[in-house]
Amino acid sequence: MTVQSALRRRGLLERLLATHSWLVYAFFYAPIAVLVVFSFNGGRQVSIWQGASLRWYRQMLQDAALLSALRNSLIVAVVSTIVATALGTATALAMERFRFRTQRVYEGLLYLPIIVPEVTLAAMMLVFFIQAFDYIGRITGTPPNLSLTTIILSHICFNISFVTVVVRARLAGLDPSLEEAAADLYANRWKAFRRVTLPLIMPGVLGGGLLALTMSLDDVVTTSFVSGPGSTTLPVYVFGLVKKGVTPVINAVSALMLLASMTLVFSSLLVQRGGSARKSKAREKERAS
Amino acid sequence: MARRSRSALERATVVTPDLERSETRAKSRRGFLLALPGYAYLMIFFAVPMLIIFVYSFGTRSATGRTILGDWNLDSYRRLFDDFVLSVMWRSFWLALVTTVICLVISYPFAYYIATRGPRLRGLLMVLVMIPFWTNFLVRTYAWRLILGRNGPLSALLGFFGIEEARLLFTNTAILIGLVYGHLPFMVLPLYASIERLDWSLVEAARDLYASGWKAFRKVTLPLSMPGVVGGTILTFIPSFGAYIEPELLGGAQTMMLGSFIENQYYAVSDWPFGSALSFVIMVLMLVGTIVYFRKGGRTA
Amino acid sequence: MRRLVLALAVIGLLVTACGDDAAETTTTAGGTTAASTTAASTTSAGPKACAAGETDGNLVLYNWTQYIPTGPDAVEAEVTDLIAKFEEEYGVSVTQDFFTSNEELRSKLQAGATGYDVIVPSDYMVSMLITDGLLMELQPAALPNVANVDPEFMNPPFDPEHRYHMPYQWGTTGIGVAYAEVPEDFPTSWGLIFDPAISEQFPRGTITLLDDAREVLGAALRYLGYSINSTSEAEIREAGDLLKSTLERGIIATFDSDTFENMLTSGETIIAHGFSGDFFLEFDNLSTDDYDAWEDFGYFVPDEGGVLWVDTMAIPANAPHPCTAHAFINFILDAENGAELTNYNWYGSPNAAAEEYIWPEILEDPSIYPPEEVIARLEFIADLGDLNALYEQVFTEARG
Repeated sequence: MTVQSALRRRGLLERLLATHSWLVYAFFYAPIAVLVVFSFNGGRQVSIWQGASLRWYRQMLQDAALLSALRNSLIVAVVSTIVATALGTATALAMERFRFRTQRVYEGLLYLPIIVPEVTLAAMMLVFFIQAFDYIGRITGTPPNLSLTTIILSHICFNISFVTVVVRARLAGLDPSLEEAAADLYANRWKAFRRVTLPLIMPGVLGGGLLALTMSLDDVVTTSFVSGPGSTTLPVYVFGLVKKGVTPVINAVSALMLLASMTLVFSSLLVQRGGSARKSKAREKERAS
Repeated sequence: MARRSRSALERATVVTPDLERSETRAKSRRGFLLALPGYAYLMIFFAVPMLIIFVYSFGTRSATGRTILGDWNLDSYRRLFDDFVLSVMWRSFWLALVTTVICLVISYPFAYYIATRGPRLRGLLMVLVMIPFWTNFLVRTYAWRLILGRNGPLSALLGFFGIEEARLLFTNTAILIGLVYGHLPFMVLPLYASIERLDWSLVEAARDLYASGWKAFRKVTLPLSMPGVVGGTILTFIPSFGAYIEPELLGGAQTMMLGSFIENQYYAVSDWPFGSALSFVIMVLMLVGTIVYFRKGGRTA
Repeated sequence: MRRLVLALAVIGLLVTACGDDAAETTTTAGGTTAASTTAASTTSAGPKACAAGETDGNLVLYNWTQYIPTGPDAVEAEVTDLIAKFEEEYGVSVTQDFFTSNEELRSKLQAGATGYDVIVPSDYMVSMLITDGLLMELQPAALPNVANVDPEFMNPPFDPEHRYHMPYQWGTTGIGVAYAEVPEDFPTSWGLIFDPAISEQFPRGTITLLDDAREVLGAALRYLGYSINSTSEAEIREAGDLLKSTLERGIIATFDSDTFENMLTSGETIIAHGFSGDFFLEFDNLSTDDYDAWEDFGYFVPDEGGVLWVDTMAIPANAPHPCTAHAFINFILDAENGAELTNYNWYGSPNAAAEEYIWPEILEDPSIYPPEEVIARLEFIADLGDLNALYEQVFTEARG
């Protein structure tokens, strides 16, 4: 008996759940709809509709500061995600599959970046960097400056924790006998990891990486504290715009980012489906021949 | 009895206590080395900054807002018991709690529904959950200002039902809506992960055993999905407690929450010792609370 | 491993203790090279003599968002792109970085951030930065255009003799109203907000106040008949109590220093405590060929008086390119450039020579350029040293 048929016995429950879910989706997308609609607003007001226009998209493409902020955001997000994912995955494996001393201490340390209020983390990092620069300056003569690097370093901090949590969740649910079998099969531990463990935890790794990317792209508070001249990121720039005077330019930027991410996700889904379709076709061919 | 000389094979296959111990030690070392990069990173870029802030909390604020170290004192910690501070902490705690409960109530049926669809549809539905959160968080929260405003659609809807002049924006309710909206995925994701991995044969067995589907749910499904519930509530409660953006954009004149308060101390008032003391205490409370909660509710999300 | 944790703790303590000791003695935080130059510059003329118009590298400007016309914004406002003009005239490139509050600026500078050449702090912040030794003394030789500055702004209380700053834009803080929602002859007084009898007639939650302790308490103090720079604890607390009782009446929607003008014109609020130029820019943007926003909205400085504020240009003590910084300040002090700044921002220009280039509708607007008797009722926000913290505390607690 499958789950689906089990549920279909309870038609009413199924319908209630479905209705509830659609309502939740509506809740998720309501502000998005507002956002996108007003990005086409002819007037400057973000809340009063004054006819349709593409002016904000045009202005966005001409705003050098905005584009540079966007570029910075992407650089920071990609670099910090890659590093955090690598470090976080390694950590998750270590914590779940091994026992070593100081594990308890590390466990506590891992959760702290998530627990710390944003503002505190931001202040901590700022003071730390300034002190560090002071020391470096005394040794080498030229003190470094707040820059994209300091932002990246700060983002990696909290991203490691997020990735570790997600990958650990995935690992915990896996059957360790699979990995044990792999260890027996492959003489090389690395091969066992690559051929068996890694593919098994891949959904977790990707999920963690995705989460890290999102957190990095959205981060305002920490970034604004530790950014220096020329290293403004998009959310910080938007925050500044909100402070100065909101115009639908921000909506236009968000709408485009939405479109970009939707395209990315759907194209990857299509590729996956294409891949599995090709695989099943190949299998059919094999069976036929 | 004459001692036989052992063959090489025999010698190799006998597991002596020594061998076992050195193997576990090797394994433990491997584990340690694997965790080392992340460990070292967090030590340098998190533990040290945290210690610096901890030291700051014992300092004093100069007239111009600089931090003077050396004149160590506990003033900042004493001020934590001021009425105002306690009321801000209580309001934040309460709002975070309500947010978490609402998120849980909304997310569980939602995650359950998705987790019980076919494999392809499941993935698509989850992606549809994530996509809105690929837009800029600030702008999304700002959009709620429009929706909840005096001239916004929600106000119009309420007016339709005869409720005039309802104040939605700049209230605790608005903050709540913003918090729930911002944190739903953090509740949905772990719940979904947990429910999706359920052994449905157990659920079926439970359904056959218990006459009522509700009892089956309560006795089998819910306990099995507990790791997801625990993970989700932690990932929702903690950020909500220290939230900054939602209260700033959607909050009103008398709805100050912890995040804004700490930011206020670091920026406007420039009282870093007090801000640090407050942050530190909150951190410790949350850490202890999380550990206790975790132990009670199950190890992993 | 416990030893390692202990070691790190000790390192952390050493770092803070030693780092800040050094900071305290040189009265700044930051690298050694900066430290030695600032020690010199707080007392004497500065590290290197700059001639008028001399540059020593590219400029990094740390400014409020959209406070200087540049890019497509300038084109839309039909104003000169001042950044591009400076880049062309002096052959350097300009990077602009943004902060959203004076406190953010101060935090960054106090923590020792370097790399900024010109900053744009508000009046009271200048005196705080001077006290902390974070500003470089200006060289008059590199600023010939100082002759253009209106004598009114030459000797402000926050920096007498002008040693560390030059004025950038000035304005007033007052009240913006939506005419449609207030009675015909409403009182042009702070009582619109603080007087229960008057504010009763407005729906709940339709008034915003600035998110600024000195501004809000200053308004309350003025309403009560005291100076906005009151040094009497009793008076300050009285203002705090007035604020608290006002909040308890529920008429205040929120504290907002950034979008108060948007909220007024979008109908979210009907009365807004805010800065002159922000209102005017908003009303101007809203007006089209067919619609004149000024008929529906207005701004005034209350009868009891209020705040006159000046935003300034200053050079951080550790600025990497002080000569270019001076050149930029001098550039802004030029009559035409100063006028374009006002034409973009709709704030008052402290530049007397710029008046002939400012658009008449700005010059003749009494809200932007108030008559003498109004200016007489306005005060600068002064740095009150230790009392600053009291204002902040009273403000925070009234909001509880």
